[in-house]
Amino acid sequence: MTIREIREAIRSGRQSAVEICRDTLARIDTLNPQLNAFNTVAAERALARAGAIDRDRDRWRDAPLAGVPIAVKDNICTRGLRTTASSRMLEAFVPPFDATVVSRLDAAGAVVVGKTNCDEFAMGSSNETSAFGPVRNPWALDRSPGGTSGGSAAAVAAGLAPVALGSDTGGSVRQPSSLCGVVGLKPTYGRVSRYGLIAHGSSLDQIGPIARGAHDAAIVLGVIAGIDAADSTSAPEPIPDYAAALTGDVRGTRIGVPRALLEQGVDPEVAQASAAALDVLQARGATLVDVDLPHARYATPVYYLVSTAEASSNLARYDGVRYGFRAGGPDLRAMYGQTRGRGFGAEVKRRIMLGTYVLSAGYYDAYYLKAQQVRTLILRDYDRAFERVDVVAMPTSPVPAFKLGERIADPLQMYLVDVFTVSANLSGLPAINVPCGFTVGRLPIGLQLTGRRFDEATLLRMADAYERDTEWSTQLPLIPSR
Amino acid sequence: MSHDAIADMLAFDMPTALTRDDAARIAALAMLELSDDELDLLARQLGDILAYADQVQQIDTTGVPPTASVVTRHAADRADELRPCLDREDALANAPDPALDAGLFKVPRVIG
Repeated sequence: MTIREIREAIRSGRQSAVEICRDTLARIDTLNPQLNAFNTVAAERALARAGAIDRDRDRWRDAPLAGVPIAVKDNICTRGLRTTASSRMLEAFVPPFDATVVSRLDAAGAVVVGKTNCDEFAMGSSNETSAFGPVRNPWALDRSPGGTSGGSAAAVAAGLAPVALGSDTGGSVRQPSSLCGVVGLKPTYGRVSRYGLIAHGSSLDQIGPIARGAHDAAIVLGVIAGIDAADSTSAPEPIPDYAAALTGDVRGTRIGVPRALLEQGVDPEVAQASAAALDVLQARGATLVDVDLPHARYATPVYYLVSTAEASSNLARYDGVRYGFRAGGPDLRAMYGQTRGRGFGAEVKRRIMLGTYVLSAGYYDAYYLKAQQVRTLILRDYDRAFERVDVVAMPTSPVPAFKLGERIADPLQMYLVDVFTVSANLSGLPAINVPCGFTVGRLPIGLQLTGRRFDEATLLRMADAYERDTEWSTQLPLIPSR
Repeated sequence: MSHDAIADMLAFDMPTALTRDDAARIAALAMLELSDDELDLLARQLGDILAYADQVQQIDTTGVPPTASVVTRHAADRADELRPCLDREDALANAPDPALDAGLFKVPRVIG
């Protein structure tokens, strides 16, 4: 069901919020054992919340998400509800506060049904770094759902929740959305408060909606967006009515195509589907323009230098003192080392090591500072492109969903999957995944549109216009019940 | 000497492979206790990743300012006022070894 359908059903009295919640929980019960999309299912809490909404229907009549079940990535803090970041380090952590996005969902009447599995501390591209086992792709259970918000994307794709929140540091909302065939939006840096999001790369992280269609993503973005006194990087820009921007009219919109960048190696079926998607938008009146982003091909190395540096600093807080896992050790130093050595998984340790190295004396200038300078050049490339076009289009992922186990042994092979998504984080720009077809083997393919700063409305309008002419977003995977 | 000139020199001396000892030094800085097997694996993997990342050295960044943050417009300053914060009990609720009565986090021996 879409948000519109759920709200209509509740308003007309055809279904109660409790009934909708029960249906969602039943589907989670049936399918989560196969998918492993949730770390925690909050059944009792969700039913109590839905009941409260049913009892006070007048109060919630105009709330944009009244009675709408939502899945929240397990690196977003929920007061009183375990929040693990899929790490042993936080396996038993129960936040004493809500993230700002969670407070806003609450105020809008949403019903949080559970916390979704992800890569550990949102580091990975396949969901395989989770301490609680990988999520499985609903379209092919032996394949990765992508990462890091793989649980959120798989949950929405399989109908375990109509909408979900993910977080995106280098593509973690868009790439799993692409591999699972759903809409995923990374907002402009600063559009959504990061307060209560477990920090990975503080200059890159954004929380964004994952949904079956652009309209649902627009409604959720409208709820979670906006300035927040608790996050000094949140932006004061006004919040447009995103749903009202979905007019279907894309006439005159200029789509930039970075042809040289796409020569970097894209699976032929992915290349073909994303080109066909642009034809659909062109037929609706958009125009295609070649653009050059000469430094975008360096985005992956720059991203892994910048993000690991930030992560190594952010993860210094996990010291076994105030919260989380603690290992023994005869003195304080040994306790720190053992807590961190045993509490973190392999990918997290690798990134802390890399980040520590690039920030260390002697290498700071050559790696970290250099990466920040190239980051400036990437940003300028986009600024120049946006003088001529309204959005830039490319595939979200160069490949469709890959097999679990296929890339995890070689970290570099995994990092290369992020080639098209990391630029938007480095430059702070909004970007969306739009499902645009399937491979011959029935694996979803996604088109990525990147927009101007704070112009999420154009991205959503393009995605919605495309949905009107295609049927990809209406398809559901068939998951054999166990 | 400019930043870039220093960076070029460093780039020239950049190790293409890391040893176990290098990895151990980084692990000590990061407060990570790792096994010898982990150190060997990480030395190899970090070496591979850094060799790949070295492609950024080819780019001419003379006079290019670094970007640390993409925030273009900062929110207005706010008054520095005392406001309610976490209760002590809430703050201690997740601690591995809290001293609830004293309101403290307990840690192993720090000195001698």
